[in-house]
Amino acid sequence: MRSFRPTPVPSSEITAEGVFLRRRAFLRAAAGTAVGLGLPGCSDAEQAQARPGEAPLLKPLTGVIPGPKELQADDPPTAFKDASSYNNFYEFGTDKSDPAAHAGSLRPRPWSVAIEGEVGRPGVIDLDDLLRPHTLEDRIYRLRCVEAWSMVIPWVGIPLAAVLKRFDPVSKAKYVAFETLVDPEQMPGQRRSTLDWPYREGLRIDEAMHPLTLLAVGMYGKVLPNQNGAPLRLVVPWKYGFKSIKSIVKIRLTARQPRTTWQMENAREYGFFANVNPEVSHPRWSQARERRIGEWGKRPTLMLNGYGEQVESLYRGMDLREFY
Amino acid sequence: MTSRATLHRVVVAVLLLPLAGLVWGALQDSLGANPVEVMTHETGEWALRCLLLCLAVTPARRWLGWSSLAPYRRSFGLLASTYAVCHFLVFLVFDLALDPAFLAEEILERPYITLGFAALLCLLPLAVTSTRGWQRRLGRRWIRLHRLAYLAGGLAVLHFLWLAKADLAAPLAHAAVLGLLFGLRRLPQRRKMPAKAST
Repeated sequence: MRSFRPTPVPSSEITAEGVFLRRRAFLRAAAGTAVGLGLPGCSDAEQAQARPGEAPLLKPLTGVIPGPKELQADDPPTAFKDASSYNNFYEFGTDKSDPAAHAGSLRPRPWSVAIEGEVGRPGVIDLDDLLRPHTLEDRIYRLRCVEAWSMVIPWVGIPLAAVLKRFDPVSKAKYVAFETLVDPEQMPGQRRSTLDWPYREGLRIDEAMHPLTLLAVGMYGKVLPNQNGAPLRLVVPWKYGFKSIKSIVKIRLTARQPRTTWQMENAREYGFFANVNPEVSHPRWSQARERRIGEWGKRPTLMLNGYGEQVESLYRGMDLREFY
Repeated sequence: MTSRATLHRVVVAVLLLPLAGLVWGALQDSLGANPVEVMTHETGEWALRCLLLCLAVTPARRWLGWSSLAPYRRSFGLLASTYAVCHFLVFLVFDLALDPAFLAEEILERPYITLGFAALLCLLPLAVTSTRGWQRRLGRRWIRLHRLAYLAGGLAVLHFLWLAKADLAAPLAHAAVLGLLFGLRRLPQRRKMPAKAST
């Protein structure tokens, strides 16, 4: 039997600490080049092999630039292990641990997205073609679940507005409706009719065009784990988490307010707007406080999840008790 | 006799394992991303399970003739109360930060909390009066008082159901078991209680 001897790492391959610590600046400088090279590149099958807790298998995203400073949360990010093991994604089961346990069957590539409705250029587009013209951004956002827990997640994505504009929305487009994949083979939770599949969500057009509204393809600098909504999900940080629909296959611009899954399930408890609001209780529990994952006690919930300054103008003159 | 007593102790110890697991897990930080939620759900579900076991003792004796189960009723009932108290304490400490104003608000304004708290209030006097001394002192009234266990079961099942978001499978399964046990109780007793095992 041959003994295994590790190859020594030549000192020329060791990154100097200073360079390592300045890696963001390096990435920023490289970003311009990266766009020209057809990045963001994550068109591979490696990701499908990723298992919960095996984060290193997730492909790191390259060519990511920091997002606008004024949009970033100051809060320390939640541990990746927690953000990728505690999920609500009923397509894989209703327990928080089900998505991480069962999402291995989802195939995030090849993936295409249909853009339909009130747009000048409708069509079905391959996800990599959809992403190609855009530069990925880091966005650290608070995430507040309607169940009164919260996380802080460093997403990687592109503003939804930039994507929508490419398809020339017409003036009749007042809302944007989204749908998740339906495929019980890939999403075993869909074998039960827990919800009326497909999962549907929607935004008013001004909400969809807001600079905070993100189409995410990654988190923590890597491609999205399947259980977090790979390969493409919405992130609307001032709304309850269920608005941030996962594994999107359809984006439809509409003249009328679309029906959304939780509203269809229980309209009294879950509204179309679903803005985070500590003053409007869920009919069964209080929304005044939340448990930040990683903390034992509860902390007060912030109006519009702390994004009031950026988004309150969207709701001027609206009674948020009526339009919950 | 001794082997029976040993078996009884083993059963009680096994039913205390989930509680030990939670304490160990909390100390080791191995309860996952939301340990408080795990502690709340586990203590609540074990309280209900022990209560259902407690309510199953009499039907098992009556319909299956398992008269040696008799002493288990008290143990299961006390286990249910223990888990229910732990369930309440987790809520009081980690969700309400021991604040009586928060507690009052939750009990008054959230119907599922009202139901859960009522279930706890039903169980506590039963735990206190579970001793032979109280049984003797209360006589016939003891039996009537301890029918509160069924009320506690009903309240606990409603408390569980009311919380579910879309998946009712687990609360409905517990409700079905409670319904079955209650139904068995209401069935007319066709034969006399089997004679006490004379072994």
